[in-house]
Amino acid sequence: MSALEMAPPAKDERPEPKNRRKAKTQSESRVSMFTMLLRDRFATVAAIFLSLVVLTAIFGPALMGEHATAQNLMFMNKAPFDPANGWLYILGSDSLGRSVLARIVVATQTTLLVAVPAVLVALLLGSLWGVWAGYHRGRREAISMRIADIIMSFPSLLLAVVVLFVFSPSAANIVLILAITRIPIYLRTARAESAELQSRTFVDAARTFGTNPNAIIVRHVIPVVTPTLLTLATLEFCFVMLAESSLSFLGIGIQPPDVSWGLLVAQGRQYLQTAWWLSILPGLAIVLTAVAANVLAAWMRIATDPAQRWRLELDRKSTKAFEKATRQAAKMQTKKGNDK
Amino acid sequence: MLTYLRKRIIASALPLVVVIVGVFALARMTGNPAALYLPLNATDTMRAEFAARNGLDQPIWVQMAQYFGGIFRFDFGTSMRTGQDAAQMALRAFPATLQLAATTMIIAIILALIVGSAAAMKPNGILDRCSSFISMTAASIPDFWLAIVGIWVFAITLGVVPTSGVVGAAAWFLPVATLVMRPFGTLVQVIRGAMVSALSEPYIKLARSKGATEYRVIAQHALRNAAAPGLTVAGDLTVGLVNGAVVVETIFGWPGIGKLMIDSILQRDFAVLQACVLLTAVAIFVLNILIDLGYALLDPRVRPSAGARQRRKARAAQGPTHGSENRTLAPVGPALSTSESSRGNH
Repeated sequence: MSALEMAPPAKDERPEPKNRRKAKTQSESRVSMFTMLLRDRFATVAAIFLSLVVLTAIFGPALMGEHATAQNLMFMNKAPFDPANGWLYILGSDSLGRSVLARIVVATQTTLLVAVPAVLVALLLGSLWGVWAGYHRGRREAISMRIADIIMSFPSLLLAVVVLFVFSPSAANIVLILAITRIPIYLRTARAESAELQSRTFVDAARTFGTNPNAIIVRHVIPVVTPTLLTLATLEFCFVMLAESSLSFLGIGIQPPDVSWGLLVAQGRQYLQTAWWLSILPGLAIVLTAVAANVLAAWMRIATDPAQRWRLELDRKSTKAFEKATRQAAKMQTKKGNDK
Repeated sequence: MLTYLRKRIIASALPLVVVIVGVFALARMTGNPAALYLPLNATDTMRAEFAARNGLDQPIWVQMAQYFGGIFRFDFGTSMRTGQDAAQMALRAFPATLQLAATTMIIAIILALIVGSAAAMKPNGILDRCSSFISMTAASIPDFWLAIVGIWVFAITLGVVPTSGVVGAAAWFLPVATLVMRPFGTLVQVIRGAMVSALSEPYIKLARSKGATEYRVIAQHALRNAAAPGLTVAGDLTVGLVNGAVVVETIFGWPGIGKLMIDSILQRDFAVLQACVLLTAVAIFVLNILIDLGYALLDPRVRPSAGARQRRKARAAQGPTHGSENRTLAPVGPALSTSESSRGNH
C-alpha cells in the first residue's frame, strides 16, 4: 500500500494491469476506501452497525441515563417486544422495573471505554516495540520475544484479581490489564513483519544513504506494516471486548453500580428461569458488535492487500463476471487435463 | 531428540521461573489470608499464630526460597482451605480439564476439516460465503453467553440436559458444545485459507492429471500440505483450553483446573494456585513438544533429522567426517513416503 505510493511517479502514471481493469476509465485510477467499503455488502452493514454502537456510546448515556437507574414498580419483569409497554420497555424490564434498553445503552459506553483504549494502547506499544525489535534483530529481538513469552504464559485472571484487590477496580485499571496482556500479539506480528522488511532492498537503500535507523523505521517500515496491524487491531477489539465481558461476568471486571454488557449478562443469570431477556439481550449486543468487527476486519484484510484489492475495486457486476470467467477457465483446464 | 529436548527445556525454563516468581509475589499482594480464614473477632495472637503456621510471618524472599526448595523435594505445600496436599488437589482436578479439552478439540478439528475443505472447493461460492459467515459468528460469540443460552434452551425450556455436573453423557453436551464454537470458527477460517492456496499449487494439477480421484487429491495431497498452519492455530487453541476454560467450568460446575484456579485466587489459597500454575505450565510444555512432533510428522522438511542429514552430507562433501554425533529423532511412518514423492515430482 505504502511503499509503492511513496515513490511519486508510481502514483501518477500507474501502469494499468492488463486484464483486470479494462472496464475502467483513466480518471478513476484509484478507488477510495469508502467506495471499496460500499462494494462489500456485509462490510457496509457492519460499518453502519459499528458507527451506531459508537454513536450510542457517545450520546446514549446523556439521553437515557436517568431511565437506566429509575425504578418503576408498575413495570416489573415485563417481557420484551410488547408494544403495549411503550418504547422504553421494548426490550423488557428487570425485577426493579428498570428498562433493559436504557441499561444496555448506558452499558455501551462503559464497554467501549474499556475496549477501545485497551486496544489502542496495546496496538501502539506492541507494534512500536515489535517493529523496533524486528528491525534491529540480535539481542534486542531475543529479549523482546522472551518478554512476550513471559507475558503470554502469565495467568491474566490472577493479574485482574490483584489489580482488583490492590488498586481500585476502576475501568482504567481494567484497560491497563487488558492492554498489557495483549501487547505480545502485536509485538510478535510487528516483529515478524519488520524482520522480513529490514532485509528488503528499499530499506537497504535507505540504510546505504546513511539514514538513521529510527527514521527508516518511521518512514519505510511502519507504513508497510500498518495495514496488517490495523486489521489485527480490529480483530483484537473483538477479543478485548469479550475478555472484559468475561472478567465482569466472573465479578473481577467492571463493578456495580457501573454496568457493562458482560456485567448485565452476569446479573441477569440468576433470573434465567423467570426473565431470560435480562441476560440474553445484552449478550446479543456483544455478539452483534463482535461479528460486525470481525466482518469489518475481513474486509480490511482484502482492501489493504494489493494482491486482492481488485476484488473490491471492480463493481459487483464485473467481479461476478470475472469470477465466472476464471471458474470456467479453470474448469476447461481441468477438463483438458483429464482428457489428456 | 535429546538435543532438541535440551534446547526446549532451556528455552522454556526462564519464562517458567519468572511466571512462578510473579505468581508468588502477586498472589501475596492480593491481601492477607488471615482476614478470610479467621473469625472476625480474632485476636492479634491468633493472627500471628495463623501467619506462623502458614509461614506467612517471614519476609517474602525467605518464603520464596522455601517454596523453591520444596519444589525440588516435590513438596508443593498444603492448601489453607482444605488442609490437603496442594499438588494432589491440582492433579485431581486436571483430568477433568484435559478430558474436556481433548473432546472439544477433536470435535472442532474434525468439523473444521470437513467444513473448511468443502468451502475451499469453490472460493466465493455459496458454500464458502455461508461457512465464512458461520465460522466468523462462531468465533466471536462469548462463551459465557453461549453457555447461558444453552442452559436456557436445553436445560430450562426443554429440560433434556442437567444444568451442571459431570455425571452422564448428557452433562457433557453443553460444556463441549459451548467450548467447540471458538476453535471451530477459527480453524475453519485457517483451513479454508490454507486449502485454497494448496489447491492452486502445481502438485494438485499433477495429481489430477495422473488421474487421482478427487477424494485422494483433497485428502492426501491438499489437506496434508494445508495442515501445518491449522496445526499451529489448533495448538494455540488447545493451550488456551488446557489453561482451564475458567468461565465454562465455573458456569457448569465442572471440577477442572480453571475452576480450582479461580477459587484458589478468590480464597487466597496460595499453595494451590501455585501448584495449578506449575502443572498447567508443564502440561503446555509437553503439548508444545507434541505439536512440534506433529509438524515433523506432517512435513518431512522440518524434521530435525532432515537437517542433521543435510549437515552430515555437507560435511561428507567437505572431507572426512567426525562420525555422527547428531543422530536425532526420525519418526518416519510409511505414510510419509507418498507425500514426499508427490512433492518431489512437481
